[in-house]
Amino acid sequence: MEVFLVTLLNGLVYGMLLFMLASGLTLIFSMMGVLNFAHASAYMLGAYFAYTVSLYAGFWVGLIVAPIICGLIGAAIERYGLRKVHQNGHIAELLFTFGLALIIEKVVQMTWGLIPVPYRIPAVLDHPLFSIFGTQFHTYRAFMLLISALMFGAIWLALTRTRVGLVIQAALVHPEMVSALGHNVPRMFTLVFASGTALAGLAGVIGGNYQTTDPAMAFTMGPIVFVVVVFGGLGSLLGCFIASLFMGLIQTFAVVLDYSLADLLKQFGVIVTSATPFAELLTIPIPRIGALLPYALLVLILLFRPRGLMGTRDT
Amino acid sequence: MNTIVSSNALAGSVVPVVGLKKYWVWYLMVAIVAALPWFFFNWSTGRHSGFMLTMLSEIGLMIIFSLSFNMQMGQAGLLSFGHAVLFGLGGYCTAHALNVIKAGSIWLPSELVPLIGGLGGLGFGVIFGYVATQQRATAFAMITMGIGELVAAAALMFMSFFGGESGVTTNRMSGTSLVGASYSAPWQMYYLIFFWMLVSVILMRLQTQTPLGKMANASRDNFERAQFVGYDPRMIRFYQFIVSGFFAGLAGALYAMLYEIVTFDAVSAGKSATALLATYIGGVGGFFGPILGAIVVILLQSGISLISSAWMLYVGVLFIVMVMYAPGGIWGLIMAHAPIVQAGKLRTLAWPYVRLLIPGLLVVIGFVALAELVSYVTIGAGQNKKLQYGALTIAPATIWPWLFGVLSLLLGGLWLRYESRSFRSIWNATLEQIKLQTSATGQAGGAAR
Repeated sequence: MEVFLVTLLNGLVYGMLLFMLASGLTLIFSMMGVLNFAHASAYMLGAYFAYTVSLYAGFWVGLIVAPIICGLIGAAIERYGLRKVHQNGHIAELLFTFGLALIIEKVVQMTWGLIPVPYRIPAVLDHPLFSIFGTQFHTYRAFMLLISALMFGAIWLALTRTRVGLVIQAALVHPEMVSALGHNVPRMFTLVFASGTALAGLAGVIGGNYQTTDPAMAFTMGPIVFVVVVFGGLGSLLGCFIASLFMGLIQTFAVVLDYSLADLLKQFGVIVTSATPFAELLTIPIPRIGALLPYALLVLILLFRPRGLMGTRDT
Repeated sequence: MNTIVSSNALAGSVVPVVGLKKYWVWYLMVAIVAALPWFFFNWSTGRHSGFMLTMLSEIGLMIIFSLSFNMQMGQAGLLSFGHAVLFGLGGYCTAHALNVIKAGSIWLPSELVPLIGGLGGLGFGVIFGYVATQQRATAFAMITMGIGELVAAAALMFMSFFGGESGVTTNRMSGTSLVGASYSAPWQMYYLIFFWMLVSVILMRLQTQTPLGKMANASRDNFERAQFVGYDPRMIRFYQFIVSGFFAGLAGALYAMLYEIVTFDAVSAGKSATALLATYIGGVGGFFGPILGAIVVILLQSGISLISSAWMLYVGVLFIVMVMYAPGGIWGLIMAHAPIVQAGKLRTLAWPYVRLLIPGLLVVIGFVALAELVSYVTIGAGQNKKLQYGALTIAPATIWPWLFGVLSLLLGGLWLRYESRSFRSIWNATLEQIKLQTSATGQAGGAAR
């Protein structure tokens, strides 16, 4: 029971972190049709910037500064790169961001080194907050939950209460119609791209010291964020939110459940030995399958329900 | 559009005369490639340069791999992020097949072993293609990415087929050969790869002329209209995927024979990315683009990685520059000159090119200097290396090399911007002039008739 509760909380923390990444990507993908490969790179850059800033000015300054730098980089990428490539179609845009992700990974390797950097949790938050049934829950995780919940609220308010937000919401569903109505769609693209990148940067700031800050973090996180976006569906932030939590929970739970199909069969009196057919398949523990689950889901969703959970149109 | 049509018409009228000459050039090229290893033959030791032979062999199989990638991307408009799956699985099949042949259970001459990899790639192409080709465009790209990640993860999970992290080792000297070669020497392997490359290039070139190849183009350009012709675009994508899988598997087989080991690297996303980069840099528009791309990328990979750890950065930047400024790749850039060469006006562009070259070089030098300085400070300095190129020793602790890099990049960039504007106007004027001339001669010809 205590394992279940703690895992549930950890899954929530991870899911909310995923949502911070995926919400920006959903907005970008739905509005501009660009599957932004460099989105997870912004996550990585956020973590590295926060690390460098925290060396000189502390964690809290990094929390503010790093997302802003990421946002500015995002705006520059949209304004001077994507806008130029846009006329060559979506595949060209996809390739552009793909190349960008490769370059950013290499630049990070060259600037901060190949090994993980010691980006630490600030001392104020580095202690257990409370304990359930003897298992401790860390303050920093609560802080992550708080930040991501605040972000979720802020996005929600911005999208439903401001004029720009309403236009963006309209552009999610009918992008052509919005531009036909005379709104400055290119400037909105820049705005959305920049804020999406800033959000990813923020996720990097609070996620980098929760996990590890190394040059591979973008390429491990990237596909999972894609899965969340496709699963949630194009044009739906709520779908994205549900998908993030779902993905966070199944990935966290998969790590805890150290069983395999062979263990299940044992309950029915079937003992799996190395001579049994498919023994290799049957003895794989769930944590290892858990790592595969997002990709299997990605393929299955695109095959059978391309519009995802709550999407308004096909991917 | 007009210029392309007129240049085609021009080419059509002179083909009977140029035809023989054109093929002669191809034969010469084949002869040169066949003779290449002997340029790196050390007569005093009586041995080939092992490094060069490995690089040439790698280029050969990379050409097959990129061309098979372009079968999907260029011909059918299917961007795949998991093409290495077919390559790697072909390699694994070959490694296992070689081990079985070595054990004596079946007999198959070494020359035909690559076909095993091809059939493996074809078989897995049927499985994965059936799934992936249900969708097209972005959804196809994401499905292939998912499949790629799945197979890469599975490669670390299933020990009996993939051999885990250490991979499957094999021995290409199976002792059976049609021509009596043992394949113990690298140059013999080079000729095997060369032979299969030649066969594959010709076959893939012919494939573009088949109804399948033509319909793949049609479904890429307008898949709704392709449907109206009476073909199912999904089946076109599926068949194209399978054929492409065969050649990818063939390349993987040659890879397995060349290195005598296949690890999960061969199915990884990195390998897929290399195919994508090579194909796009070379050019997806024409058939021969990927060949150029494969050569450029492997030269960068093998050549630059000797002196710099940043080769991937250079390939990435080259790729981005191509995506932004030359979507047709290197091949597209070359072919853009075709009407100008045909009109005999290439000389008018000579001086503008020189003026473009100088600031372009400045930009490249500045960028490379900065990249090398940064990577030296982070990685190289820890290894106690010196930043030294020949007689030139650079002190990265002082501000001067950094200042030089920044200035060279900035000044070169601004200058290049200025020069490229004037170059573009000269380019457009030349094309306009040629168009006027050809339409004038066309009208004269019509009047005479």
